[in-house]
Amino acid sequence: MFAFANPKRFMDASSALLPWLVAATALTLGAGVVLGFLAPPDYQQGDTVKIMFLHVPAAWTAMMAYGLLAATSLVSLVWRHPLSDVAAKAAAPLGAVFTLLGLITGSLWGRPMWGAYWVWDARLTSFLLLLFLYLGYIALWNAIEDEARAARAAAILALLGAVNLPVIEFSVDWWNTLHQGESIFRAGGPRISGVFLWPLALSGVGYTLLFFTLWTVRIRTEILERRARSLLLGVVS
Amino acid sequence: MSDVLAMGGYAAFVWPAYAVSVLLLGGAIVLTVVRYRRARARLTLLEKP
Repeated sequence: MFAFANPKRFMDASSALLPWLVAATALTLGAGVVLGFLAPPDYQQGDTVKIMFLHVPAAWTAMMAYGLLAATSLVSLVWRHPLSDVAAKAAAPLGAVFTLLGLITGSLWGRPMWGAYWVWDARLTSFLLLLFLYLGYIALWNAIEDEARAARAAAILALLGAVNLPVIEFSVDWWNTLHQGESIFRAGGPRISGVFLWPLALSGVGYTLLFFTLWTVRIRTEILERRARSLLLGVVS
Repeated sequence: MSDVLAMGGYAAFVWPAYAVSVLLLGGAIVLTVVRYRRARARLTLLEKP
């Protein structure tokens, strides 16, 4: 993994990988969205079950993105690899988008099914906190001018915020939430019907791949921008 | 056709969910690509002898 923690090598490897990532994203995301749209109405949820195929993958990707943000931040603090700051910084805005999407689609499902757009239940509240963590991380980067100091402060915030991840994950078990419990990754297998499981799985893979595609492009962008900046400063000729 | 539009009476929630997904993810894709192209063009210009 550290073999790629070199900007030059990352640029080469990612430029070879990107076309495949884009193709795999288009394929899985396309299939997931179409199958989700064509899925039959659920006997309780009716057609709002379609929202599940938009909400669950967004929320899952938002949490995975934060996991990656925390992991790259840890690498940045401990080993000071040049690429890890860049990777962490590039992940945050994407994570914020997926988090916002999870919140909005969840709210649009909650209104017809629970009777409320929003409730201060442990799952929803901890997920809202995830959005604030992303926004705080981005704000911190923008607030500190010196790049190395900004990276350090933001990495510390990212690691502190990682405590929220297990809270989100287990909130439905620890507290009596209105949000339903885990029905996919549970002992004894998924508890939803195959007609819903397949579109959900494909969308989940599609959203995940979309994140990795955009993340890769954003890391490349940041590397190019830093190279341009150092050229302007005359550090590198 | 109107059946599809009606979404079993949940049109007011299902369609906005699709709309906001397309808007946010589409926006993220467009912004990411635009920023990348801009950075690449700028660097090419700077690297010119």
